[in-house]
Amino acid sequence: MAEPQRARPKPTPETQHFWDGTKAGELRLQRCDACAHVYFPPRPFCPSCASRKVSMFKASGKGFLYSYVINHRPAAPGFTPPYAIAVVELAEGPRMMSNIIDCPQTPEALELDMKLEVAFEALDDKITLPVFRPAKR
Amino acid sequence: MRRNQVAVVGAAETTDLGIIPNMSQLQLHADAALNAIADAGLKLSDIDGFATAVETPQQVCHYLGIKPTWVDGTSVGGCSFMLHVRHAAAAIEAGLCKTVLITHAESGKSMIGKLPRSIPADSLQGQFEAPYGVYGPPSMFPIPVLRFMKTYGITHEQLASVAVVQREWAAKNPRAMMKEPITVADVLNSRMIAYPFRLLQCCLVTDGGGALILTSADRARDFPRKPVYIMGTGESVETSMVSQMETFNSSRAFKTAGPLAFKEAGIAHKDVDHLMIYDAFAHLPLFGLGDLGFMPHEETGKFIADGNTRPGGKLPLNTNGGGLSYMHSGMYGMYALQESVRQMRGIAPAQVRGARISVCHGVGGMFAASGTIVFTNER
Repeated sequence: MAEPQRARPKPTPETQHFWDGTKAGELRLQRCDACAHVYFPPRPFCPSCASRKVSMFKASGKGFLYSYVINHRPAAPGFTPPYAIAVVELAEGPRMMSNIIDCPQTPEALELDMKLEVAFEALDDKITLPVFRPAKR
Repeated sequence: MRRNQVAVVGAAETTDLGIIPNMSQLQLHADAALNAIADAGLKLSDIDGFATAVETPQQVCHYLGIKPTWVDGTSVGGCSFMLHVRHAAAAIEAGLCKTVLITHAESGKSMIGKLPRSIPADSLQGQFEAPYGVYGPPSMFPIPVLRFMKTYGITHEQLASVAVVQREWAAKNPRAMMKEPITVADVLNSRMIAYPFRLLQCCLVTDGGGALILTSADRARDFPRKPVYIMGTGESVETSMVSQMETFNSSRAFKTAGPLAFKEAGIAHKDVDHLMIYDAFAHLPLFGLGDLGFMPHEETGKFIADGNTRPGGKLPLNTNGGGLSYMHSGMYGMYALQESVRQMRGIAPAQVRGARISVCHGVGGMFAASGTIVFTNER
């Protein structure tokens, strides 16, 4: 039997640009042309003012650690515990769930508000996940 | 909605709670429903309104033999039953039906006839949360805790004391799953589940169910049990993705539903004699005390650690032992409602003497939804 696999996202028409972006090494967000609200997850209208005039842009990839858990059990398929499930606040405002790489998965190493930068982890030839690592000074 | 126009006239849980290997989830619904109908002194044919969550109303109605003229299948997680109470009260007042049955049941432990819960890979959760290793509520619900602790200066010991105090209440309750006394040290030395939470800060996993019957307050006087009036109600939803909450320092759904219910009831916090706050995990009573306006969030940890919510304390909270020690089949809101009704009837195992107003606050999903009901035994 094959090893259990990490859950793989399946893009929809509204999110395809995001996943095309990660594959190209870009973290893409959307901004409302009418009210300038920046939002995530992707959708073809502004959740703040309902305008359908929105633009995609490349985010800075910078953010900070907003909160997390270190999951011990039960572990999700494809994960070896303990591993941190984090929420990152991006410099542009939105937050997203992610994992923190190149960092011990411990409360001592994972300090709230620590600066992070995006990295990209290819799961297969279709899907690349955005993950985060401690920012270089 | 006008206060005290609708009352609970029937309330019961399943005959057994805990591990029930001889009943499917659907039969647990029926067991709870038949117990509540008997409690109200009614016949099945008297029921003309029906509400349930997860299972469909048609599934449970047909199984029970109920022919309703009003149904509600609102399914927003563990507080769905608070929303059902609110909707049923409005429907009865509007004359859409006379006698509403609300059921919950879950074969959460034995998993007999339980519908599978899965996250589709093309849903927003499937794309933007599942790939990062979330796996069930223990890996998701505590995600806001570390931020909440840092913002308000809440300590690990204070969060552990939530479980300790609720075990004190459970010790008074013969139907509680866990009755052995525990200490803060026991909690902090229990097995790590998802840092910062350990086993004793996570809810139980059990089988069970419960049912409520509501009718107009005018009719309620003719029933065998002391009526428990619906004094105020509130509801809201926020997001099915915990990562997308407006802030981790509070719950927007709590802050909407709670004050709505207080306003409708026309009560102040000092009027509350008894309080239930759905405790799937140890941080929820802290969020609840703050978001419902009982005190600033900064004071919630100390308030519980100092013993204010324990037996004999000034604000009796989660007096059945809660989801942490009483039972938790997966959608605990129904059991919180049952305890509020018992307290208002004056028949709870750990009865709060002279209690006249009970507030019952529920959460659905991971802060996805909320419902608040204010009960009273005086009209």
